Amino acid sequence: MAKQRVVVVGGGLGGLWATLRLAEAGHSVDLFSLFPVKRSHSCCAQGGINAVLDIKGQHDSVEQHVTDTIKGGDYLGDQPPIKTMCQDAPGLVRTYDRMGVTFSRTPEGIMDQRLFGGVKNRRTCFAGATTGAQLLYGIDEQVRAHEGGGRVRKLEFWEFLSLVLDEQGVCRGIAALNVRTMKVETFRADIVLLATGGAGLIWGRSTMSTNCTGAAAARAYQQGAKFANGEFAQFHPTAMKGHDKLRLMSEACRGEGGRVWVPRKPGDTRLGRDIPENERFHFLEEWYPAYGNTCPRDVASRALVRVTRHMGMGVRGQDIVYLDLTHKPREFLEARLGGILDMYQTFAGVDPYTNPMEVFPSMHYTMGGLWVGYEKDGQTGGMAHISPKNHATSVPGLYACGECDFAYHGANRLGANSLLSASFSGRVAGDAAAAYLKNLKSSCDKVPDSVHDAERKRQEEINQALLARTGGENASTLHHQLGELMQQYVFVERDNAGLDKALAGIGELKERAKKISLDDKGNWSNQSLPWARQVQDMIVLGEVMTKCARLRDECRGSHYKAEFELKQPEGKFAGDPEYEAYTEKWKANNERWLKHSIATHTPAGPQVEYWPVDSSVMPPTKPRDYR
Amino acid sequence: MVRNMTASTTVASHKEIHFKIKRQDGPNSQPYWEEFKMPYAPQHNVISALLYLREHPVNTKGQRVAPVAWESNCMEEVCGACSMLVNGVPRQACAALVDDLAQPIVLEPLTKFPIIRDLAVDRQKMFDALIRVKAWVPLDGSQDVHEPAPRISPADQALRYAFSRCMTCGCCMEACPQYHDRSDFIGPAPLGQVALHNSHPTGGFFKSDRLHALMDPGGIAGCGNAQNCFKVCPKDIPLTHAIGALGRQTTVQWLRDLLIK
Repeated sequence: MAKQRVVVVGGGLGGLWATLRLAEAGHSVDLFSLFPVKRSHSCCAQGGINAVLDIKGQHDSVEQHVTDTIKGGDYLGDQPPIKTMCQDAPGLVRTYDRMGVTFSRTPEGIMDQRLFGGVKNRRTCFAGATTGAQLLYGIDEQVRAHEGGGRVRKLEFWEFLSLVLDEQGVCRGIAALNVRTMKVETFRADIVLLATGGAGLIWGRSTMSTNCTGAAAARAYQQGAKFANGEFAQFHPTAMKGHDKLRLMSEACRGEGGRVWVPRKPGDTRLGRDIPENERFHFLEEWYPAYGNTCPRDVASRALVRVTRHMGMGVRGQDIVYLDLTHKPREFLEARLGGILDMYQTFAGVDPYTNPMEVFPSMHYTMGGLWVGYEKDGQTGGMAHISPKNHATSVPGLYACGECDFAYHGANRLGANSLLSASFSGRVAGDAAAAYLKNLKSSCDKVPDSVHDAERKRQEEINQALLARTGGENASTLHHQLGELMQQYVFVERDNAGLDKALAGIGELKERAKKISLDDKGNWSNQSLPWARQVQDMIVLGEVMTKCARLRDECRGSHYKAEFELKQPEGKFAGDPEYEAYTEKWKANNERWLKHSIATHTPAGPQVEYWPVDSSVMPPTKPRDYR
Repeated sequence: MVRNMTASTTVASHKEIHFKIKRQDGPNSQPYWEEFKMPYAPQHNVISALLYLREHPVNTKGQRVAPVAWESNCMEEVCGACSMLVNGVPRQACAALVDDLAQPIVLEPLTKFPIIRDLAVDRQKMFDALIRVKAWVPLDGSQDVHEPAPRISPADQALRYAFSRCMTCGCCMEACPQYHDRSDFIGPAPLGQVALHNSHPTGGFFKSDRLHALMDPGGIAGCGNAQNCFKVCPKDIPLTHAIGALGRQTTVQWLRDLLIK
C-alpha cells in the first residue's frame, strides 16, 4: 500500500497535538495554517490549564473536576469524554512540564496552582498570565523537532477552502488557497483533521484574534458535516471595552483575589479608586456567597448585565463594572498577572495596579462546533483511549478537535478547561486518526484526478466570480452589520422576538453577500479575496447559531431567555418543599431540552434536530446552584 | 521601552488620522509612498486604523486603491504577527496607539526580510534558525511518563519565563546592525532561545549541540554588541544578558572540545 497521507488544518494547541501524535506514530503530516503556527489564537489564553494535582491540602479529586465540568456545562456535555479528559489532565500538564513550559512554581519548585471560576479548589496550573502562549510554544517546539526530522511539512500562508469528497462522500483531501500566489491547489489525504478554532469574529468584536472567523468549520458544514450546539457561545464577564477588539482580562484576576463591584450610588462621578469601601456594591459576593467573584462565567456575565442594564448601576451609567486588584501587593500581581496588567496599561492608558479596571462581558468562546463522536469504554465508563470513532465528524475521513468541535463543555465552559480540552482533544484526535489509517483499506492515491480537478475548478470559479463582480457591497461593512445583529440579539440575554429580527437581518446579509465586490482585483497576496469569502461563511455560521438559539426555548448555561427561566426560589435550598418543587420542574424541562441541537446544511438554511446527551457518569438529579 | 521612545513626542489633537505608508505591490516591484487620511476616533491603534482603511481604501488624492496588505492576528501584542516600522521604530503595530504617535504616522515594512507585499514580509528564516539551534527540549515521546520535569526554583523559572515570552516577531532582528542580507549572523532572537533551552534541566542535554551551532560561521561571533535588540524587544527579553552568557559558554565548550580531542 502506498504511503498514507495526512492533512491537519490549523496549528494551535489542537492541531499541533494531533500533528505531534501522528508524527510520533510514524506518519508524515502536511500541516496547513493561515499564518506561522506560533501565532495561533491559543497564544491569547491567559489564566491557566486545569488538572487535579491536589497540592494545596484541599483533597481535590478527579471526580470533583468531572463534577465541576459537567455542572459548569449545565449537563449538556457528553460525559464519558469529559471523564477521560479530567483523568488525563495531570498527565498532560506533566508532559507540558517536560517540554520545558515555564509554569509558575511553588517555593519547592513544583508547578503551582491557582483558583479559577466555578470550582472551590486550586486546580489551575499557570505560567504567569500568558499560559496559552507558553503551552503553544512548548508544543510548537516539539513539532518543530519533527519538522527538522522531515516528518512534518508546514504549509503556512495557505487557507483551507473545502474538502475533496469522493463518490462515496468520503473525505479524500482538501482544496486550499496559497494566500501569496493566490493559486488554488488540492492535496490528497487519507484523513483530514480540522483544528481551526473558534468563531468569535461572527460577533464583530470579541476577545478572539482577527483570524478566528469559523470559516473553515462553516465550509465543512456546508459540505455535509453536522454542526452541534451552535447556540452556546460563552460571553466572558471581564473584557476591556474597545472598538476593534474586546481584550480579555483573565478570570485569573478574580481567582487571585480580584473583586467585581459598581458604585452604590448610580452615576457616581468619582474615580473608582476614590470611592470608599462602604459605597461599593460587590454584587457577585452578595448574590453568590458560596462562590463569590469566582462563580462560573455564564452566571457572572448575566449578573453584570443585570446590574448595568436592568438596575442602572453601571459605572458612569454605562455598560461598565469595576474589576479591582488594587488591594493586592504589586509584587504579587507582577509575578502572577503581569502580562495582562501590562496589556491593560497599554490599551487603556490607566495603571491597573492603582485603579480598578473597567470591564464588561464579551463574546469569548464557542462551546458549539462540528459534531464529533467517541467510543465509550464499557469498563471504565469513560472514552476509549484509542478508537477511530473518537473525534470523527459526520463526514467519513474528516476529524475535528479543539475549539472548532462541540465536545467537553456542554452549555458553558469552565475557565482553564479550554487549554485542557484543546490539548487533550488534539492528542486524542491524533491517536484516533492513526487508528483510522491503520484500518483504511483504500488509498487516496486511487481517487481519480477528475475528482480533484473538479473541486479545484469549483473553487477557482468562486474566486474568479468574486474578482469579476461589481456589485458594490463591501465585505467589511457586511461583517460589521453581522456583528451588530449578533451583539444585539444573540448575546447574554436573548428573546424570540429579537432572534427573529436577527434571522431576518442575516437573511438580508446573505443576499447582499452575493453582491460583494473587491477593492483589490490583483493576483498576488490579495487579502481582500479570502476576507470576502470568510465573511460569507461567517454569515452562514451566524445563521446556524441564531437559528439554534431561536429554537431552544429554555435557559441552559450560556443560553438565557427570561421568558423560559425556571426561577430558583429565593432563600430556599435543597430540602425545602419549594426548592424540591423547583427541582421537579427542572427535571421535567430536562426531559424536553437536555439534548444536543444538531444542524445540517440545506440550500434553504439549517435543518435542526435533537440528539440525546450521554449522562451516564453523573445523571442530572440536582440543578446547578452557585449561591 | 519602545513605548517611551515614541510616547514622548508631543501630539496635537487631530480631527483626522494621517498615514504615510510605504507600499510595494510584490517582491520584485518598486516601492512607492501612498498617503491616507481617515476620521479621528479615540483609542485607535495602527492595526485598527488599517482595518478601517481596508473598508475605505481611498488615498489623499481621492483615488480608491487596493487596500494595504499587512499581517496581524491577536491585536494584543502576544502573537508577533504585526511587526513593522512605525515612525521608524520596529514594533507591534497593534500596540502602537494613534494617540501616542506623531503624525503623519509613517508605516514601513521591516527591512531585514524579503517583502511579500506592502507591510507584509517573509520571516521564515527566523523559524528556520530555531531548527538550526535545536530550540526544543528533547522528549522520548509525548506520552505521560508519570513524572514531571525536575524541580525548578521560582528564581530560575522567572529567568526562563523572561526568555520564553519571545514571539518570533523579528523586531530585534530588524534593530540589529549585524543582521542583514550580506551577513550570515543568526541574529538575537534564536540566541535567546538557546539560552532558554540550555537553562532547562533536561533541555540542557542538547547544550553542546546548540553551542556548537553557535560556534559555526554566522553564530555568536557575529554579535557586535550594539545592544539594540534589547531596546526594541516588545517583551523586554534580556537578550544582551543571554548573548553575554552564551559567549562565555561557547568559550568553555571550545576548551572542552580541545581537551576531548
